[in-house]
Formats: sequence, C-alpha cells, structure tokens
Amino acid sequence: MTATELGLPALGGLVGVPTADEPQKAKDYKSDQEVRWCPGCGDYVVLNAVQSFLPTLGLKRENIVFVSGIGCSSRFPYYMNTYGMHSIHGRAPAIATGLAVARPDLSVWVVTGDGDALSIGGNHLIHTLRRNVNLKILLFNNRIYGLTKGQYSPTSEEGKVTKSTPLGSLDHPFNPVSLALGAEATFVGRAVDSDRAGLTEVLRQAAEHRGSALVEIYQNCPIFNDGAFDVLKDAEEASRRIINVVHGQPITFGGGDYAVVREGFGLAVAKTADVAPEDVVVHDAEDLNLAFALSRLSTQDLQHTVTGVFRNTARTTYDDAAREQVEQAKAAKPADLGALLHGKDTWTVAG
Amino acid sequence: MTTDVGNGAAPAGSPDKAGTDKAGTVRKLDRVVIRFAGDSGDGMQLTGDRFTSEAAAFGNDLATQPNFPAEIRAPQGTLPGVSSFQLHFADYDILTPGDRPDVLVAMNPAALKANIDDLPKGGILIVNTDEFTKRNLVKVGYAADPLEDNSLTETYQVHKVAMATLTIGALENTGLGKKDAERAKNMFALGLLSWMYHRPTEGTERFLREKFAKKPDIAEANVLAFRAGWNYGETTESFAVTYEVAPAKLNQGTYRQITGNTALAYGIVAAGQQSGLPVVLGTYPITPASDILHELSKHKNFGITTLQAEDEIAGIGAALGASYGGALGVTSTSGPGVALKSETIGLAVMTELPLIVIDVQRGGPSTGLPTKTEQADLLQAMFGRNGESPVAIVAPQSPADCFDAALEAARIALVYRTPVLLLSDGAIANGSEPWLIPDVEDLPDLSVTFATEPNAPDGTFWPYLRDPETLARPWAVPGTAGLQHRIGGLEKADGTGNISYDPANHDHMVRLRQRKIDGIEVPDVEVDDPSGEARVLVIGWGSSYGPIGAAARRVRKLGMPVAHAHLRHLNPFPKNLGDVISRYDRVIVPEMNLGQLALLLRAKYLVDAISYTKVQGLPFKAEELQDVLADVIKGVSE
Repeated sequence: MTATELGLPALGGLVGVPTADEPQKAKDYKSDQEVRWCPGCGDYVVLNAVQSFLPTLGLKRENIVFVSGIGCSSRFPYYMNTYGMHSIHGRAPAIATGLAVARPDLSVWVVTGDGDALSIGGNHLIHTLRRNVNLKILLFNNRIYGLTKGQYSPTSEEGKVTKSTPLGSLDHPFNPVSLALGAEATFVGRAVDSDRAGLTEVLRQAAEHRGSALVEIYQNCPIFNDGAFDVLKDAEEASRRIINVVHGQPITFGGGDYAVVREGFGLAVAKTADVAPEDVVVHDAEDLNLAFALSRLSTQDLQHTVTGVFRNTARTTYDDAAREQVEQAKAAKPADLGALLHGKDTWTVAG
Repeated sequence: MTTDVGNGAAPAGSPDKAGTDKAGTVRKLDRVVIRFAGDSGDGMQLTGDRFTSEAAAFGNDLATQPNFPAEIRAPQGTLPGVSSFQLHFADYDILTPGDRPDVLVAMNPAALKANIDDLPKGGILIVNTDEFTKRNLVKVGYAADPLEDNSLTETYQVHKVAMATLTIGALENTGLGKKDAERAKNMFALGLLSWMYHRPTEGTERFLREKFAKKPDIAEANVLAFRAGWNYGETTESFAVTYEVAPAKLNQGTYRQITGNTALAYGIVAAGQQSGLPVVLGTYPITPASDILHELSKHKNFGITTLQAEDEIAGIGAALGASYGGALGVTSTSGPGVALKSETIGLAVMTELPLIVIDVQRGGPSTGLPTKTEQADLLQAMFGRNGESPVAIVAPQSPADCFDAALEAARIALVYRTPVLLLSDGAIANGSEPWLIPDVEDLPDLSVTFATEPNAPDGTFWPYLRDPETLARPWAVPGTAGLQHRIGGLEKADGTGNISYDPANHDHMVRLRQRKIDGIEVPDVEVDDPSGEARVLVIGWGSSYGPIGAAARRVRKLGMPVAHAHLRHLNPFPKNLGDVISRYDRVIVPEMNLGQLALLLRAKYLVDAISYTKVQGLPFKAEELQDVLADVIKGVSE
C-alpha cells in the first residue's frame, strides 16, 4: 500500500468559514435559554470567556457549531446562540468528525468533560486527535462526576473518597495532556477557568490551528469537588506553581525566580539564580518531546502546573484530506451512474 | 429427488443410468445445481464465481450461495476449513440457489464428507483423487478410502479425476514450481465443468488475464489449467454425457450479475445522486457487511465519503453528524454492531435526522455465526433501544433487490427525517443473481428541501414545528443564517424544541414520534395467488422470498393453491396487511429466527399465525417449506 500525497497547503484553522459582515459582541452569542449550572460553577466563567472570545474571530455565527456529550459541561451548546448538538455520553468527537468532514465551512467545537472525554469517550478522543480532524475540543476537567452527583472520575487523584469510593479510589488518574500528546495530537493547551486572559490566549491559538486542538480547562465544581484547584487561584501559591509556557520564550515562573531546565530525558524546576541562562529551556511548541516532558512536569498534586500551549504543529487534517480524495476522484472520473450500474459484464435479453 | 418447479421438465440434472448413454450424448436440462467444495485455500469461491459469470453471459437465470468458514484459513484439510459455492442456473426464472446439488465437485476428503449427504441419490460426484491420502482421510475420520469401496459408486455417478496431477502435468513446460502449478487445480475443475455444461470460456480466460495482469506467468498457468480441464472432458470419454441448459426467457432488458452487498452499495450511490446530497458512510468492518464499505470506498467520484471509524459507535456517530450537516448519513454493520449503535439510533430518533442503518444480519446471539445467515435482528431493529424509540424498517428480498431497498430506505429517511433500519442478511449479501439494470431516468426523485426561513408565528425558527402531512421536522443545516438552534437527546418541547421536562409534553412527544413512523406512506403489499382460490397465506420477509416462492410454486403444481405475501416494510406494515390477512383461513410465517415477525403480526392483527422457524445458519430449502405448506393446506381443507 502506498501513501498518497494530497499536496494540501497549510491553512489556518478558520479558512473556509465565512466571516461576519458586522462586528459582534459577546451578547450576540448568548442564547435565550436560562443557564442552569450550580451557583459558583466554573462553567459560567468558561462560558463567559468563550462568548467574549468568539466575536474576536469575526465569523458568521451560523457557521459555528458546538457539539457536546453528556455531563454538566455538555449543557454548554444550549447557552450559545450558534448551531449546537447536545449528543450522547462520550460520542461528541465522533459526531463532530462526521460534521466536520461533511462541512468545510463550519467552525466546529466540542465541549466535553473529564468523564465524557476520558472515560466513556476515551476511544473517540484519542482517535479524533490521531486523525487530526479540524475540531476544537474544550475539555472541562473538574476531576469529578458532577451530573451523577459526585463519583470519582478518570482524573481524580488516587485514594479520593467519593460517593462511589467511601474507602478511597483505587484508580490511577490520566494526565490528559500526556494522553493527548501520546495520541498524536497536533495542538494541546491548558488553562485554568479563573484565568480569563490565559484561557482566551489558548482559545485564540486553538481556533487558528488547523486540526484537532485539545484545550484542557481546570474547572471548579463547587458542589462535589470544591476547591480542587484553589492552590492555583491563590496569587502567591499560583506564582510558585503555575508554569505558563509561550512558544519561543524561556520557561520561567514565580516572577522569574524559577526556571525549567533539562534533567535526564525530562525536565526539572530549578532556581533561576542557580542555573546558567543558556540552561533555561526555551519553549518550542513544535517539539513533541519537550511538550511531553512539560506534561510530566505537571503533577496531580498541582505542585507544578504547566499552562499555555504545549504543542502546536501543522499536519494535514483528516477532513481536508477526505474532501481532497473526493475532489480528486471527481476530477478523475465523472459521476456516471448508468455506467456504474452497468459495470463491465452485461447481457441483453431481446423482447 | 429435488425438483424446483420448472417448465414441466424432467427432474433437474437428472442423472443418467450409467452405461445407457453413448459418448457424445448431449442432454437438455431446464436447470442444474452445482456445488464446488474444497479447502478454504482451494479457491472455491473464485471458481464458483467464474462459473456464475459464464452462466450469466450465456443468458441463464441463476442464483448463487457461497458458504465459507469464519476463519480465514482454518487448518488445511479439516471439516471446519471446508468452503463451498453453490450455483443454480436454469432456462426459466428461478428463485433460490437450490436446495441440493445435482453435481458435487469435492476437492478433498473433508469437502466430500461435509457435502455428500446433500447430494441426492444418482447425483454426479466429481472427486479430486489426489487429496485422498491416508493422512487427509484420517484427518476427517474416514477409516477407509470411500473411493476404494463401492459405497459411493452404488449411490452416485462418481468421476474420479486426479486434478492436481493433471494440472501439474499440463503446466510442466511453464517453469512454474509444483506447488504453484498445483494451486491452479480449481481452474482445471472449472474447465471440466465448463465443458460438461457447454459454457462459454472466453470470459474466464479474459478474466484470468486481467486478474493476474501483474503476474503474467500465473495468469497463463491458470488459463492452461482451465483449458486442460476442458480438454480432459473432451478427450477422455470418461464423461459420456454433456448437458445443455438453454438461456432463460427473462424480461427484456440489459442484465448483469450482482451480489446483495454490491447492489446495496449501488443503491446508496444512487440515493446520493437522486437526492443531490453528498453521502457520508461512517462504519466499522464487520462480517458480512464489510463489502459495502469496500464497494462504496471505490466510488468517491459520486461525492461519497467513506470513513472507517475506530468502532461501531463512532461509525454511526460520524454518519449522524454528517446528516446534521446536510449530508445523507449511512452506517453499515451486522447484528453485534447494531447493538453498539443502539444509543446513537436513539439520538437520531430524538433529533429526527435522516440516517440509514444497514444491518446485514448473521447468526447470533453475540459473535454467533459470523459467516452464516439468520433473520433474528428484526426485534432488535424494532425495539432494541431504551424508551419508546420507533424507527422505520425495510428489508430486501433478494440480492438484486438490495438496490431498490436502499433507495426506499433513503426515501423514508429523507422525507420523514428518521433513522431507517435496512435488514439484509448473509444469504442475500453474498448470494448473487441476474439484475435487470434499471434506467437511471426511472429512478425515484429523492431531492430534499432544507429550511431557509423562520417558520414560527413569532417570526423565529422552531426546529420541531412539523410538516402537517409527514410530521417531519424542518432540516435546518448549520450555516443557515437566522435559524441557529440547538438539538440533542433531551426531551423537546413540541414546536420550539427547547428542553422540556413537562409531563404532558413528554407524553405528547412520545406519541407524536410514534405517529410519525406509523404514518409513513408505504406501498400496499401484493399477494401472489395465481388461482385466487388460496385459503392459506404464507407471509415472509427478507431473504426467505426465494425458498418461500419456490415452495409455493411446488405446492400449486401439486394442485394446492397457496397465497404468498412478502413484506418489504416491517415498520410500518403496509396499510392493507390487516385486510390481506383476514381474507385467509390460515396464515403461516416461515422465518430464520424463533418467530419474530409472527410475534409482531400476532400482536398487531390478533391473528393466530403459525410460526415455522429454523435457525441453522442456512437458508430454508424449498423442499422443506413445500412440506410445511402442504401440511397446512391439507389441514385447512379437511
């Protein structure tokens, strides 16, 4: 079997999606439906951030589609004044794949959670990333099952006591960024719900990326897992823990006091004062090994949490390639139904 | 003796008493059933396929039935490794691949042992003696060589032919190794049978040269082996008689041979063309449905995208996503795959989007019998989802009919915005028959109208405001300005489509979805009762059309009238079905399951239908249904 070179040009993530005639505001993206998340839910913050961010893309609203699965976060599409489908548990990436393949003129977003994307829908997530379908996947990670009222999730910490694990969870959690990178994702980012600027920047880059973009958003569930990310929200703590990476920039944090350096095959944190400037790692979003090492630097206990864009690299998208195959086939052979039905071997019975 | 009912001719393939015919005798027959049987690696499917093409090119009516193991290469020479291909060809319109072979070609002891019981007394048995070694005989439990004693020759007309040796001999000068040469022995068998039945040979030679175009020496070897088989019959005089089966008097038109899976794929291509929509097939490989994916993936020039997904669920998910985007979404699978797709079918019921779900049924439950046929997914199609989740169901009745069934499934899906389950089965999928190729101009118009304007009294767009006649909701695809809306699996408020937990609304919506499916316009069922005097009605669906039809012909020939109705539409049933049923004293329903259609008919029409069932992974035989029908008819007359 030989590979076919489709010769596709590198495009931006939004090429082919029609642009709006007039400037838009956040309120243009609010639907008439009452938002029904719990008071204090991190989902509100993300919803507001997305509604404020989308007008900056300047796309026609009717060409934006939000597809979700099941879970608290998956109610998201109802609140967006765009097209939307609230589908079934874990399957949003599959449904969105079909939509993206059929419609190059749409900007398709998937909204999912840690249970939806990583548990019941884990298979679809990894294969969507591998194929590099032009979808933007917002993974709301609150490390708990909220809609079913408080069972542990695939990102809950080991030993977590929940309704379904009164003696502590036995499961080892996923690191969603490592998982996505292992699944050949071409774009992986992370943000914290309360960091509007950081989240918006990751969303911006994700939107511009042509291909699957996975954005993990740490999101607080005030009812069943309140305070899970509090250490990242306290200014002083956050400064010591959050490592925000920017392509082309040396990786330092804590007001420059700390830096990321190479250690063995991985990375380590050092005091900037203790290392030579040239030993401070410069972030390169094209470098898969660096991205993976950065993902491992983030620990479940949040002692260090890398945010920003881990990986951003160009690879032909599945949907572009699928359309290109169809176009090439059409160009090579006219669609003659009669000829197809007749095939090569026929015989005729006279009247 | 098996007799399909022909033009009053002698029993088909009637064997001649040995010694009464002189060499060179040509006997005319109205129909013949040949079964090629050998090891999975012996190329029996190809051999059968080629003979079929020769018969088709000659103008016979025909029907074929392959039968092969699920294992790609079961241990060589064993009973589980036997692969066979049965072909029925005739000078009149036949309905089935035949109950029993008139001629059995057995390439090894396993093939003999597995098939000999199906050969009627006096039938022709052609055996490749080279494989009858002690080791191979022991492998299948023969204590002694059955070719050495009189057990076979007393019962059958036995022709012992050292096919491998003769093939190797014929290829001596080609420079091909013994092993490679020996592999062409199936073409020797084909050549011999082609000679026996006066078949044209040019097509096969051309086919072989094309198939092995990249390996000319192999192509030449196969052609030589084919000719050697022919010449063996011509020169050895061990075959006293040859047979002719005249072309069939079929309806005027241009024909081709086609399998069910190919016809189904063509039907999907045609549905795309006739609707003007791109087709997106989201699917996952599964026996016996994979050939639909293989076929459709060749026809991207018709605007067809084929997506081999990571699993069954993703396959149907992609299809539904594409339908949401305004394409014709199609998924293809078999029973176990339908089980996995159930939740997404439910979502399609709730979101009321067009979707075609093709289920090529196989033996179940669980993995069951992947390569064998069954009709046991009817109730799964009907009820296999949570909640009240009605869908339309259509079934093809023969290989060629798969084309029309696919177009009909597309019509219902597009007009009524609903998932449609298309229930084919293994017998239809792999079986083949001549197909009267339709004129493209005569195909139905399936064009659709997308919503473009607000439809509600308040000037907004309501995604669940229905067409009063079809009860279909508008199909408003993303990208349509001003019609932005959200759909999903949660219950909808009637009209607006907003989430609703209102008890009365849910009750209303459940009934509305049911009413939409119940109200689908389907053609009346036609009853085949030539005498008009039948008091017994046999109702079938799907691939049992052939055996039921053949059995009905037989009992009529015996002076017993019987009516046959065959259902294309399983949900909703045709409107006249209740009236039809009420006209008869008894109703009998033969099915390859434990009575699933009978259950539905009893429930809906309160009819005391007799359920006749068989689940052996094989189609009904006309002769067994003949007996069953005759018994019921006699019971009514007494």
